[in-house]
Amino acid sequence: MLITIKNMFKIYRMGDTSVSALDGISLTIAAGEFVAVMGASGSGKSTLLNILGCLDTPTSGSYLLDGTEVSRMSRAQRARVRNRKLGFVFQNFNLLSRTNALENVELPTYYNGSLSSRQRRARASELLSRVGLSNRTDHTPAQLSGGQQQRVAIARALMNSPPVILADEPTGNLDTRSSAEIMALFRQLNAEGITIVMVTHEEEIAAHASRRIVMRDGRIVTSSDEPHREAVTP
Amino acid sequence: MNLWMILKVALRAIARNKTRSLLTALGIIVGIAAVIAVVAIGQGAQTMMMAQISSIGTNLVMVFPGSRTQGGVHGGSGSAQTLMAEDGEAIAHDLGHLVRAVSPLVRSGGQAIYQENNWSTQIQGVSIDFPEVRNWEMGSGTFFTAADQRAGSRVCVIGQTVVDNLFPSDDPVGKSLRIRNMPFRVLGVMARKGSNTMGHDQDDVIIAPYTTVRRVLYNSVFNNVSMLLVSLNALSDLPIAKEEITKLLRQRHKLAPHAEDDFNLLDMTEISNTIGSVTKLMTILLTTVASISLLVGGIGIMNIMLVSVTERTREIGLRMAVGATPGDILLQFIAEAMVLSTVGGLIGVAAGVFGARTVGRLQEWPILVTESSVLVAFLFSAAIGVFFGFYPALRASRLNPIDCLRYE
Repeated sequence: MLITIKNMFKIYRMGDTSVSALDGISLTIAAGEFVAVMGASGSGKSTLLNILGCLDTPTSGSYLLDGTEVSRMSRAQRARVRNRKLGFVFQNFNLLSRTNALENVELPTYYNGSLSSRQRRARASELLSRVGLSNRTDHTPAQLSGGQQQRVAIARALMNSPPVILADEPTGNLDTRSSAEIMALFRQLNAEGITIVMVTHEEEIAAHASRRIVMRDGRIVTSSDEPHREAVTP
Repeated sequence: MNLWMILKVALRAIARNKTRSLLTALGIIVGIAAVIAVVAIGQGAQTMMMAQISSIGTNLVMVFPGSRTQGGVHGGSGSAQTLMAEDGEAIAHDLGHLVRAVSPLVRSGGQAIYQENNWSTQIQGVSIDFPEVRNWEMGSGTFFTAADQRAGSRVCVIGQTVVDNLFPSDDPVGKSLRIRNMPFRVLGVMARKGSNTMGHDQDDVIIAPYTTVRRVLYNSVFNNVSMLLVSLNALSDLPIAKEEITKLLRQRHKLAPHAEDDFNLLDMTEISNTIGSVTKLMTILLTTVASISLLVGGIGIMNIMLVSVTERTREIGLRMAVGATPGDILLQFIAEAMVLSTVGGLIGVAAGVFGARTVGRLQEWPILVTESSVLVAFLFSAAIGVFFGFYPALRASRLNPIDCLRYE
């Protein structure tokens, strides 16, 4: 299993009261799955994604990512795990403004010494061609449409060839046509073997995933356990 | 993240806000420029004064006639007429192990005339050892001889200023000039020595044998001299030499054990120490003022870095999400502050050197820009960046990536 979560709690204390954002979750995700996490706001899906992304740590429970226990790691160790094993795609793209597409894509490699600057440049432009933006490499985010910005963000997420991509409402700020393009790209990446975990509240977006997890009050209420089911195009 | 990448990212972040970066660095620019200019002007002045003192001779002891008490009446300094040229000869003879050369000095003045030119100048009567005592070389011709000194010949050597005024077109060597209607043959010209510490032109002088000056010009029936110039073999001998000279002169003047000295000793180290401490005090004072402006500049950098951290919260969050460790973020912001202050420091050094040179040109003041002062200023500005950038950088590195990514 690529991701194994066992009996995970995340409790926020606010004065005297405490809120369980995650209330004893156990979950496994195999390599190559495309999982949609759904649920109303406050259901705990963002908390789950943050912990999956090693941006946050659980109050208790274990999280094995690619065979390594990451839930008790230091901030610096988790930063290294994020750099190597995880790619992030955000609702609001989070590209560096006044920085061109190519350099935005290169960013994750700044934090490991794996590539020379020429290799880095070559890989970034290859990824931009792959997401269909080979003619936009020196455009800044302000010069790109929302859909194009999200494709730059996806290219960035792929830069260090991580096994997992975590997407938080990736189509939330996009029109229908751009959304369809982004989802097609996700399905293509998934077909190439990349595991995708995507938080969404839109049914038709979730329909692109091969598996659906629905959360309510910090618990998983339904989980379709058909890991490699063919996704249905709406 | 390697060092080059960190610097590149820092430079880019600074270049993005050019006006703001320049204004932020302005405090450092002004501070460093002030330090460089002050040190350059101060060191230039000190070097000039020290050069002048050593042109007089640092290992020089001057013996002046002291006061004299007669029948309860206390005369002023110089009222004693007991200091003789023979005292100088005795010092040279008896204290030969300490003393290199001694010359008496008899001062006079007068109008010197050559053809249609005339010039009022100082006339110094000295001995043949004078050039050695004063460390003063001949420009052309020769100094007078022991025979001239014995005979009290009407010969002289003259300084460059006298040459310029009396002999604008002629070679003075071998010519005769007149002082109080008496002809003096010019044997030589002294090398140019320039102004002394007090601004007095040392080249504006006519030098003659002290015997001549005393006999022909000084109108004195006594055998006394204005002062003795004693040049020591080594500066380290100064305290013992002063003691020995005092002992010898007291003995020669037959002073009773309880009687006051009828002469005064003055040496150049006292003067140079005074000048040194005055310039040091000035430098400390001005450096303190400059340091305060650097402190203010540093606080300006800290302020802008804090603003920058807040503005770039999302960027920080994103960098953390894609793998920046807290250490990476810390280094990035420290590097930014350091680049800002160092670039400010470089501009400040340039401005300071330019400013000091301008002041030097306008005020005809010597300027000395030392490599060490530039290096220290540069390193200091970098240190200011690290010091004042640390707190904002630490704040940035401690931010929670989730909060940062959500930050609007």
